[in-house]
Amino acid sequence: MTKDNTPITRQKFMEELRRYEKGSITRRHFLGATGLGTAMAVMGGAMPGLMPGRAQAQDLGNRVALATWPNYHDTSNFDRFTDETGVFTQVNVFGSNEEMLAKLQAGGSGWDVFVPTNYAVPTYVKADLIEPLDLSKLPNFDPAAFDPRFADAGTIDGTVYAVPKNWGTTGIAFNSSRTGGVVDSWKTFFDGARDQFDGRVMVHDYQLTTIGNALVYFGHSFNSVDPAELADAEKLLVDVKPHLFAISSDYQPSMRNGDAWLTMCWTGDGKQMNADMPEIGFALGREGGEIWSDYYAIPKDAPHREAAYALINYLLDPEVNAREALAHGYPVADARTNALLPEDLLNDPILYPAAERLSPLEFGAAVTLTDPNRAELMARFKSA
Amino acid sequence: MAMTQSRARGLLLTPAALWYAGLLLFPLSVVLIFSFGERNPIGGYAPGFTLEQYANLPARFAAFRNTLTLAPLGTVAALLIAYPLAYYLAVRVSPRWKTMLLILVIVPFWTSILIRSYAWIFLLGGNGIPAMLETFGLGDIRLINTPFAVLVGIVYGYLPLMVFPIYVALEKLDKSLLEAAADLGTPPWRSFLQITLPLSMPGVLTGSMLVFILLTGEFLIPAILGGGKVFFVGNALVDLFLQSRNWAFGSAVAVALIVIMLIVVALYSRAVKRFGASRDDAGLM
Repeated sequence: MTKDNTPITRQKFMEELRRYEKGSITRRHFLGATGLGTAMAVMGGAMPGLMPGRAQAQDLGNRVALATWPNYHDTSNFDRFTDETGVFTQVNVFGSNEEMLAKLQAGGSGWDVFVPTNYAVPTYVKADLIEPLDLSKLPNFDPAAFDPRFADAGTIDGTVYAVPKNWGTTGIAFNSSRTGGVVDSWKTFFDGARDQFDGRVMVHDYQLTTIGNALVYFGHSFNSVDPAELADAEKLLVDVKPHLFAISSDYQPSMRNGDAWLTMCWTGDGKQMNADMPEIGFALGREGGEIWSDYYAIPKDAPHREAAYALINYLLDPEVNAREALAHGYPVADARTNALLPEDLLNDPILYPAAERLSPLEFGAAVTLTDPNRAELMARFKSA
Repeated sequence: MAMTQSRARGLLLTPAALWYAGLLLFPLSVVLIFSFGERNPIGGYAPGFTLEQYANLPARFAAFRNTLTLAPLGTVAALLIAYPLAYYLAVRVSPRWKTMLLILVIVPFWTSILIRSYAWIFLLGGNGIPAMLETFGLGDIRLINTPFAVLVGIVYGYLPLMVFPIYVALEKLDKSLLEAAADLGTPPWRSFLQITLPLSMPGVLTGSMLVFILLTGEFLIPAILGGGKVFFVGNALVDLFLQSRNWAFGSAVAVALIVIMLIVVALYSRAVKRFGASRDDAGLM
């Protein structure tokens, strides 16, 4: 808050006050420009009981950039974070881990916090793109509170590089009033796309899930990089392509307006659509598919590192995290957060499918992110 | 004296030279060098010398085919719609309304093409125009995520770029030529074909080239209105750099696109020259 230290003339102060009263500047700008922000922070630091948190007294800057996934936060949490710390969260949304990796590899992404999925973390570590986390700056991260299945992937060789955000599955969202019932197999998904659901099916613009579920259709592993098995998947995808409605990871609008009847779908999107339109259901593929966990991590070249730690720590606060979960509908691995969530959400079959439906699912494997054949297969499928 | 003059000239040329070197030659050299390299194992670029990337170009045949059919088609469609509009604005409309109507042509540019293209998603989606057509008994018409939707987006997005060059050419048209033709008993349609149209050709050619060159690099409209199914070379490039992270192959595709553009521009300038020559001949007669 360097600018807070510059003295301000009486006249300028009155001008800023008028602007604030008229609503042409925000409270935060007013406090910053007049130096009252610093005064409050200093006084607050001297009297800890007065302030909501100590963060305001630290030099966090005024901005933090977050790279995350679509429909994955309660935006009011960011407003509260700004109120508490003076730091504004700038949100960038992505459709695939590949895209995030490409941006970080190119350098100068400007991100402070990003949200890699379990299978991507080892590549980031190997490429020296993320920094080991200083857990003393994340007091809200309590490893003991997390289900290790959905927290382990953030730790590599005993070093914590990423802390858990959410977990979930990749299944099928179907509009039952159009599909005439539940669609819960990749066989029906891909065969139906060429038959009764012609022109109404969407697949992700994302190699892991689109290729993975095509592999599962043949009974291969979701993570296969075997050239012969990938050739099967490519044949299926290229054959299905002319019958698809779209190749996109942003499927909610088309599902909601009825243009698409069937899509590959992440847990939270399924929950969000189901909550608003009960005819849209969510099911896991019987043959298998993906189970995943997402993490918060900090890139090596993060321009606002302290603010990044503050944001992650804030989002890991169980109360904040509970508000997030209520908004996005993804399961949380944190027992402290779950203790705050309503019973019906914790028993929701979309968020927490029966154990026997989860057992055929696979976590993504690191090799799929870097395998050149999978990358090129996806690109060929899209340009076919 | 001569010495200082040449030095002054050198100094004056420096900004332009730096501009060309820094913003044209340097990036183009990087692309060219990358195109002979290899893909880094975790993605990106690895140095090397191989023609493998160029040999792999046929894998993007569909993207080149889509670009090279929809870009000319979009240019022609934009021209057919823009010409009457420009003609009306330049020749027919009263001066009182002219400025306002011209501003209306520009108004769409005040909003991002991204947002305007998103608006078309709703217009072309199932609840938009197809739903209206259904009330007329035309059932099950799909418009969104088809080449047609991309074409609509292209014409809509690029129309002003076509209208203005034609408008300028028509605006400068010497009306006394038309009066003379009328005095000599030429019917209006003939004076249009023999006077107005040829004299507006520079505007037509400029507008067409402007739209065509921008269209060959287009990726946003196909991505939004094509649903990831109608794929342009621009989309292939975005994928190669941002998804599969194959910078070497991406560079080769970019070089191929540049070569195609150069050929088209060369053909264009030859057409312009020939057209200019034929007009001189006509003038002699």
